[in-house]
Amino acid sequence: MNNVLDIVYWIPLLPLLGCIINGLGRKNLSKGAIGFIGSGVILASFVLSLWVFFQVRGGNVHTAEYFPFINVGNLKIPFAFQIDQLSAIWLLIITGIGFLIHVYSVSYMHEEKPVHFGRYFAYLNLFVFSMLLLVMGANFVIMFIGWEGVGLCSYLLIGFWFKKKEYSKAANKAFIMNRVGDLAFLIALFMLIHKLGTTTFSEIFTSASLAKLSGKEMTTITLLLFVGATGKSAQIPLYTWLPDAMAGPTPVSALIHAATMVTAGVYMIARANLMFAMAPATLNVIAIIGIATALLAATIALKQNDIKKVLAYSTVSQLGYMFLALGSGAYVAAVFHVMTHAFFKALLFLGSGSVIHAMGGEQDMRKMGGLSRYMKITNITFLLGCLAIAGIPGFSGFFSKDEILAGAFAKSPVLYALGLFGALLTAFYMFRLYVTTFKGTFRGTDEQKHHLHESPAAITIPLVILAVLSVIGGFVGVPEFIAHGAHALSGFLQPVFKEAYAVLPKHEVEHSTEWGLAGLSSVLVILTVIIAWARFSKKPDLQAATGFGKILENKWYIDELYQGVIVKPLNMLGSFLSNVVDKKVVDGLVNGVGRLVRYGGRQLRWLQSGQTGSYILMMVLGMVLIFIVQFFLRK
Amino acid sequence: MIALLLILVPLVSGLAAFLMKKEEQVRTWSLLAAIITFIISILGVAVYTAPGCWTFRAGWMGSLNSSFSLKGDGMGIMLCLLTALSYPVIFLSTWTTAYKKVHNFFGLMLLTQAGLMGVFLAMDALLFYFFWELALIPIYFICSQWGGEKRIAVTFKFFIYTFIGSLLMLVGILYVYSRTPGHSFDITAFYQAGLSLKEQSWLFWLFFVAFAVKMPVFPFHTWQPDTYQQSPTAATMVLSALMVKMGLLGVLRWLLPVFPFASYLNGDTISLLAVTGIVYASLIAMRQDDMKRLVAYSSIAHIGLMCAAVFAEDKSALQGTMIQMFSHGINILGMWIVVEIIERKFGTVKISALGGIAQKAPVLTFFFVIIAFANIALPLTNAFIGEFLMFRGILASRVSEHGVLIMATAGLGIILGAVYTLRLGRKVFFGETNALTEKGSDIVFHERAILAIIVGAILILGIYPQPFLNALDHISQSILKNSDVLPMLMKQKH
Amino acid sequence: MPINYYITLALCLFAIGVVGVLTRRNAIIVFMCIELMLNSVNLLLVAFSKMHHLAKGAAATAGTDGQLFVFFIMVVAAAEVSVGLAIIVMMYRNVHSININFLNRLKH
Repeated sequence: MNNVLDIVYWIPLLPLLGCIINGLGRKNLSKGAIGFIGSGVILASFVLSLWVFFQVRGGNVHTAEYFPFINVGNLKIPFAFQIDQLSAIWLLIITGIGFLIHVYSVSYMHEEKPVHFGRYFAYLNLFVFSMLLLVMGANFVIMFIGWEGVGLCSYLLIGFWFKKKEYSKAANKAFIMNRVGDLAFLIALFMLIHKLGTTTFSEIFTSASLAKLSGKEMTTITLLLFVGATGKSAQIPLYTWLPDAMAGPTPVSALIHAATMVTAGVYMIARANLMFAMAPATLNVIAIIGIATALLAATIALKQNDIKKVLAYSTVSQLGYMFLALGSGAYVAAVFHVMTHAFFKALLFLGSGSVIHAMGGEQDMRKMGGLSRYMKITNITFLLGCLAIAGIPGFSGFFSKDEILAGAFAKSPVLYALGLFGALLTAFYMFRLYVTTFKGTFRGTDEQKHHLHESPAAITIPLVILAVLSVIGGFVGVPEFIAHGAHALSGFLQPVFKEAYAVLPKHEVEHSTEWGLAGLSSVLVILTVIIAWARFSKKPDLQAATGFGKILENKWYIDELYQGVIVKPLNMLGSFLSNVVDKKVVDGLVNGVGRLVRYGGRQLRWLQSGQTGSYILMMVLGMVLIFIVQFFLRK
Repeated sequence: MIALLLILVPLVSGLAAFLMKKEEQVRTWSLLAAIITFIISILGVAVYTAPGCWTFRAGWMGSLNSSFSLKGDGMGIMLCLLTALSYPVIFLSTWTTAYKKVHNFFGLMLLTQAGLMGVFLAMDALLFYFFWELALIPIYFICSQWGGEKRIAVTFKFFIYTFIGSLLMLVGILYVYSRTPGHSFDITAFYQAGLSLKEQSWLFWLFFVAFAVKMPVFPFHTWQPDTYQQSPTAATMVLSALMVKMGLLGVLRWLLPVFPFASYLNGDTISLLAVTGIVYASLIAMRQDDMKRLVAYSSIAHIGLMCAAVFAEDKSALQGTMIQMFSHGINILGMWIVVEIIERKFGTVKISALGGIAQKAPVLTFFFVIIAFANIALPLTNAFIGEFLMFRGILASRVSEHGVLIMATAGLGIILGAVYTLRLGRKVFFGETNALTEKGSDIVFHERAILAIIVGAILILGIYPQPFLNALDHISQSILKNSDVLPMLMKQKH
Repeated sequence: MPINYYITLALCLFAIGVVGVLTRRNAIIVFMCIELMLNSVNLLLVAFSKMHHLAKGAAATAGTDGQLFVFFIMVVAAAEVSVGLAIIVMMYRNVHSININFLNRLKH
């Protein structure tokens, strides 16, 4: 029991050490050494995580306190870690997928100069470190350190190629949008401290402690936390940074989208499950925002031509599903989908990276096509990823998405219908992507065609591993209606969500209904895939979009809207304050006082005529005045 | 003894510096003096618990009941440490800057240091005022003699601003003195002055204006961007890292405990003014093209938060403010060093004229990024600790009726702070190089060493702040002790 | 003699002095008028001193301080005359005039 405590701090510490070694030694170490250290520390963390995973299987919760971080008065915030089933799952996802991405990066970033190569791996390790801190923290403050840390790392990695102006703009956008969410998170945190006097999870998330909060406070706090989550997990209204985050190297996109950053919001809400369960109004908001994000992003993904942009919007959309699950109270489903999504989204991103690598940096799908002939492994693994995300029965995405839809159905059939529609859109745009990229004829330049090749083993092996996981990953959560007691994940997570499920209203759905729902969605999804395949293999979607398609291609003009409604007015206000208010009004007031004194002085000058007589006259008049006041006016 | 030495060493070495002739000699002498002061302060921190080493008392103006009384409490020691640490850093980072009449420059700088130490340690109102002026007057001369083109007009404004404040404070000090039991300038006598509500309500403003100008709080800030822009960088560093702390220390030590009722009554007004200043200054900082002005406005925003936190009169807010005083000093010093290096390398601080420095100076960029993120209070940097405690305190404040509003407004500063700081980084360091930055080079060893010290302080304080918080625990309690009358007052009000 | 007479006389002298200072431009006459005012005060002091001394039940030393002040004033007046005349002489040497309106350079 105690030995777990002894080693858990190595899980985040190892990546941090890797970051420091790679960061400082980037000029002296060879690329091989950098890659080895960078990946090795993550592998070591993964092994430790695996071990921790088996330790907590029985429902144990471990907390370890290291040193007091902020102790002021009766507020005690220790630097402490908490390991339970929820964090164990995340640990596995982060370090496991993270490791594959590191290995992949060694090959993908091979052309960088050694200095930048070292910098890249230092950032990557720091990213994993921050994310581990986020999920291991035993209180909101440590979580917040990781929370902001991933923001910082995403800033560094998105702007990795800082020579390009747009890239560092995208990096700024990511950080600032996250900051908006972070502010809400912080305010919620301060309210919790104010009301409950603690930030430690195990002290807050008990029925007795939460009973101190009134319903209104609970709703406010959970809503603020949710706003924080929308920043990190790219939900409406703070999602626009994520597609722009494609500016970073492709493995980074995989890391951000699959394993780390964007699942932080889901993790946080799953962590605070009891509190959210006690705030039904917030759950409704989460479900609505979730489904709205899922549909909005899916529609945008229909018309994107950049291979990474499609995947980015699909991430936003899939995150919407996770929030739909959270909002429906189907916490296990959300976690399940985080897991399966991590598998297939990492696979898809790394696959797209392989394609981009082969195409010599080209990301526009319209210039690809027919790649299946040149890149066999990438083709097959990518196809498996597409099948998984589309939710074809048997693949991992099917199980998790089906569970979410079942949860949504239990909450409201409308949510289910919308969710199913979103799933069909997903299948449609994913196969548009697949067919346009891998089928048909090659549409790029001859030079590119000549260059086409399968990627090296360091790239394909992670792809194969992820493909296997994407296919079989769903079987940890075989639904109850298929086989009783086969939902291993649900059993594993049961201690975490036990109390919340006791609070949430029960919606029992008949097994027969569930069969029906699953069957319906399976049939429709397969049909959609066939339609998409048939449509795009016949005639790829190459022409410039018109009408409604153009709106979708331009992402509903949301970016332009934000630019026009928020950014521009703020800039104008800043200029106005700077040039007019500060220089003219405030400083003018100050100068005005100075001018007034000067003017007054000039007006009073006649008093100082220099005539002795007038001085004396003044003196006498003064004396007379004093006399008059003294003898006649007083009393 | 330590307290006295901290004042005497810079004072004597400063006076000696005036007499020196050779440039090298003056520079070495001043640096040596600054380092010795720093070592003394480190020693002082090491023997912090030993009784008597941070107190000194001697007769001064006996007939007025004013004594030369110094005492280092947690806040005073921390600020002395900051001052002692800053000076060698300032001298080293501006080592190659050329000054005419260099002996006068360094003499005045050291005199300022003596004055600052005195302000942070004085426990006698008249002595406090004496050191307050001793710190200010040399800096006027530095700004007016070694500044930029518009230095005369700018320094004149700076002078008038601060001098009016000082005079008002003097009037206030004399009045409180007349009301103390036994007519004494001693701080304990001031704390027991027993002023009526009416007296407090006008005396409060006499003191507050002096401190508000120094901090500066919106709308008393307009001297600051101009002065920072026009002064020689060494003076700007002293002004921004150290002098603004005089105002905050004044509020904490001389305003809250002496005028508890008035502080309570005016607290919300001032806090709202201060947080308005945060948003106002941040918005302006977003649109500045001059790095110096940007840093100046950013400083106004940060100080605004501290000011609002002080008037929350909450224990954790006060502790947060005090630790933030130290952190802000470190961070802004780092910012100025980066600005100074850029100005020296490229001859301009215009943001629009720069770009792509990261390609030519990766190490400088690395340090800048850490300092920039400390500037926007990322967790695990020093500023996070202070801001966290301040925000927490503002919300938990017993005296403020608008805690949520104040916190939310100040919170906007968190977002806007990221906007202007990252904009600065993007435009100056990232992107393509231009003709000007093309021939840039990275920083050399001594610059790396200085920035490493700054960054080290940022991280140590950010990761393990507990020792500092412990040192400040006692003092925040004693400041609030005088405010214990508040529940009584509140009862009366209702 | 009642004290009122003294007061009236002193007042008259003082008023003559004031009017003289205000209206005349000749420095010497101004000077003499100042002396007139001083002496009117002296007269008043002596008169009051005498009055206090003669009052019923007064101590033997009553009223002496008034006379003391008279001496003070006379000494000061003498000093003033010597300095003042010196200034006037210097002034005459420099500007060949003792008109005080000539001395308005303070204005500039």
